[in-house]
Amino acid sequence: MSTDIAPNPQTGVATDIPAGTRVPVSSFVSNLREYGLILALIAIMVFFQLTTGTLFKPVNLSNLVQQNSFIIVMALGMLLVIVSGHIDLSVGSVAGFIGALAAMMMVIWPLGGFFANPLVVAILCLVVGGAIGAAQGYWIAYHRIPSFIVTLAGMLVFRGLCQGLLGGGSSVGPLPDSFKALSSGFLPEVLGTWVLIPPTVNAAGKTVFGSGITLNLTTLLLGIVAVLAYAISGLRARRTREKHGYEAEPFALFVVKTIVISALALFFVYQFAVYRGFPIVLVVMGILVAIFVFITRHTTIGRRVYAMGGNIKAAQLSGIKTERLTLLVFINMGVLSALGGLIIAARLGQAVPAAGLGSELDVIAAVFIGGASAMGGVGQVISTVVGGFIMGVMNNGMSIMGVNVDWQQVVKGLVLLGAVVFDVYNKNKG
Amino acid sequence: MPSYILEMRDITKTFPGVKALSNVNLKVEEGEIHAICGENGAGKSTLMKVLSGVYPSGDYEGQIIYRGQECHFRGIHDSEEKGIVIIHQELALVPMLSIAENIFLGNEHAKFGVIDWGANEKRTRALLKKVGLSEDPNTLITNIGTGKQQLVEIAKALSKEVELLILDEPTASLSEKDSQALLDLLLEFKREGITSIIISHKLNEINRVADHVTVIRDGRTIETLDRSEISEDRIITSMVGRSLEDRYPPRDPKIGEVFFEVKNWSVYHPLHADRQVIKNINLNVRKGEVVGIAGLMGAGRTEFAMSLFGRSYGRKITGEVELHGKPVDVSTVGKAVKQGLAYVTEDRKVFGLNLIEDIKNNITIANLKGVSTNGVINDLRELDVANEYRSKTNIRSPSVYQKTGNLSGGNQQKVVLSKWLFANPEVLILDEPTRGIDVGAKYEIYTIIARLAAEGRAIIVISSEMPELLGISDRIYVMNEGAIVGEMPASEASQEKIMRAIVRGEGKAA
Repeated sequence: MSTDIAPNPQTGVATDIPAGTRVPVSSFVSNLREYGLILALIAIMVFFQLTTGTLFKPVNLSNLVQQNSFIIVMALGMLLVIVSGHIDLSVGSVAGFIGALAAMMMVIWPLGGFFANPLVVAILCLVVGGAIGAAQGYWIAYHRIPSFIVTLAGMLVFRGLCQGLLGGGSSVGPLPDSFKALSSGFLPEVLGTWVLIPPTVNAAGKTVFGSGITLNLTTLLLGIVAVLAYAISGLRARRTREKHGYEAEPFALFVVKTIVISALALFFVYQFAVYRGFPIVLVVMGILVAIFVFITRHTTIGRRVYAMGGNIKAAQLSGIKTERLTLLVFINMGVLSALGGLIIAARLGQAVPAAGLGSELDVIAAVFIGGASAMGGVGQVISTVVGGFIMGVMNNGMSIMGVNVDWQQVVKGLVLLGAVVFDVYNKNKG
Repeated sequence: MPSYILEMRDITKTFPGVKALSNVNLKVEEGEIHAICGENGAGKSTLMKVLSGVYPSGDYEGQIIYRGQECHFRGIHDSEEKGIVIIHQELALVPMLSIAENIFLGNEHAKFGVIDWGANEKRTRALLKKVGLSEDPNTLITNIGTGKQQLVEIAKALSKEVELLILDEPTASLSEKDSQALLDLLLEFKREGITSIIISHKLNEINRVADHVTVIRDGRTIETLDRSEISEDRIITSMVGRSLEDRYPPRDPKIGEVFFEVKNWSVYHPLHADRQVIKNINLNVRKGEVVGIAGLMGAGRTEFAMSLFGRSYGRKITGEVELHGKPVDVSTVGKAVKQGLAYVTEDRKVFGLNLIEDIKNNITIANLKGVSTNGVINDLRELDVANEYRSKTNIRSPSVYQKTGNLSGGNQQKVVLSKWLFANPEVLILDEPTRGIDVGAKYEIYTIIARLAAEGRAIIVISSEMPELLGISDRIYVMNEGAIVGEMPASEASQEKIMRAIVRGEGKAA
């Protein structure tokens, strides 16, 4: 947006700047949209904090993460699907089917021993998810069947298979505790705790719940290390840029930006540390987000997905194997749908026929709120994650406020429309 | 004292931070054909958008006086009401609707919203006859060629009782024959009293039809030339602000042995399996040589090039490609690129660029291996590469982060060229490399071609502009109806000779 028009004040003619001059383009300005979205999320959180008073409570933040992580995990795959110019309507059904499959393997089927081990089951389920993605991607990539049709079919097929597998309307459970830890577990306190303010003891000699401050050291340390790594890598990237003769953004701006983001991050780390530490699912999600940021920004395969979504004909004529790439994008989506399904099942503690029902819409909404283009070629990982959390915080906040579920849908729908209208308006203005 | 149908006085249009037009003046006489010339980005299209109300009154400074009245157009509707109709470079027709439906789109003969198809068809027939198009009004737009589509646009304009017709690069994608027909039509309109403004890069056409030429440069009016003053050299000098001694850069060709050869190349149509599009083509290029392929629109040149380049066109492809005397596999684009082939498309917006991405990402996309290790892109190396090619090909932009969709045609073409230069090809096929770009940028492209040949690469240039082929090639093949119908050294070639080869080959090739 910011780089669209570059006037030359002398001649008054756009784009008439001699070739070879290096004009700095601040990453801050070019990422303005991303920061705007983060600010919007924070504003929404503050709004709910003021109205409900509980949103920022450590226990609620943990709930927030545990309730929404599956949406965000699937949204990472959906981002690539949408960037490559497609859509996947089947993710909710696939998630439900995989949850059912996992439950059957661990609870009903007499597999025993190795094949009932939650970790083995999880890995097998991810493989099955990849196969489902490949099966759908095959028709889309090699036979040019519109993805909308193929995945609409998949949505029906896998919802049916999910219900069939569970034997009609029944649910299957309970799932083993070690499996449930994926969603409801916390990082173990390897380093122990640090009692900052001892809890008050009442007359009966028992500690008052919620009083005092006890910090989970593992979480605190991990959080601080992550924030430090973020700051140092930013600093190093600046230095290499300057060494190669490129101007970076103004140092003051960089410092302010880094401090604000680090402070925010540390605030949340502290909130988790005073409760029970990082939820395991948050760590899983965090690692996945980091991987996908890396893939989309720094790898050739990521660059090719964007090129394919931007102009598939030009991509083909540049030597990109678009069929194979499309297949890979859908395999990736299948694996992440499967992971989403495992997280849902682990949170519920059982597999139910309606697991993941309708979640494809939340996933797609997260990607579009994050600013991806329905035409393909545009979309960012961090924005998608923030988009997912915006949906999640609104769910959570409105529930605490006691807003009727019907009205929650209305508000979410309007927010989605508003976000996209804002984007399109901005684009036309730029 | 001539009577002016239109006067635009001191038009100044500012975009945030940019003055696109500053005090532009334009006077158009009643019943004339007035040409507007200028390099890409000079402000021609902006001026026409001001005139037609795309930029509404109040968005610009200055006055528009039409038929003696000051006008304040707030949209295209207002200007069309007065009889001012603009036909844009990119045609605004709906491909899956018929000719009649397109002509009266939004303007149908209807009662209470029910369309009277009989009346529409009758009117359409009359209009088509007027523009000399013999097609059934019920034919879908997608089934007629670009030349005919242009005529449909004009018929559409006529249906709106046009008094001032504005054509933005009407012949940019037309064949020689269709262009002539279109220009004849404009002259016909002139006799009927319709005034036309034509924006064009083709100076020979302007020379033929225009009564006045207004030259715009850097958002300012430079001068308006009278019929008697119009000459190609004069216009060019005025457009670029300097005289171009020579339109083609001097070359000292050092031609070596044959190193690229195509043998018995045949291709069938992708949809009609029994239609042979390319018929047994044999062709070779020597080291350091620029070989031109001449031919009319539809001769099969683009189809030939794309079928060579990783079978991107057609099926049942047979024949051999040899590089350095050895047969090579070019059956996919990836393999063709690896063997050292590159194809610069004739349609940069559809096949050449990712318009929503920046210059940098477009330059490196065909050779990501060159800026990455184990699949991880080295950002700074990529930035260095992008900047290097940006200055090598003289792309005018504030930085390599500029989106290619916002660049002018000439600069877009340089980005496509940069992309393929970075892939470091031995054989470079350039399809209409200067289509729709201005004189200054053309010269720069020719210079790049000359430099590449001097570096010892083999270059194939496909062009419909014969003077261009004669100016830059060492040897010219003539193609017609999918076959090679002539071959001649450029030194012995002439436009007449090429045309004669095409005419002689007609019928023989079929």
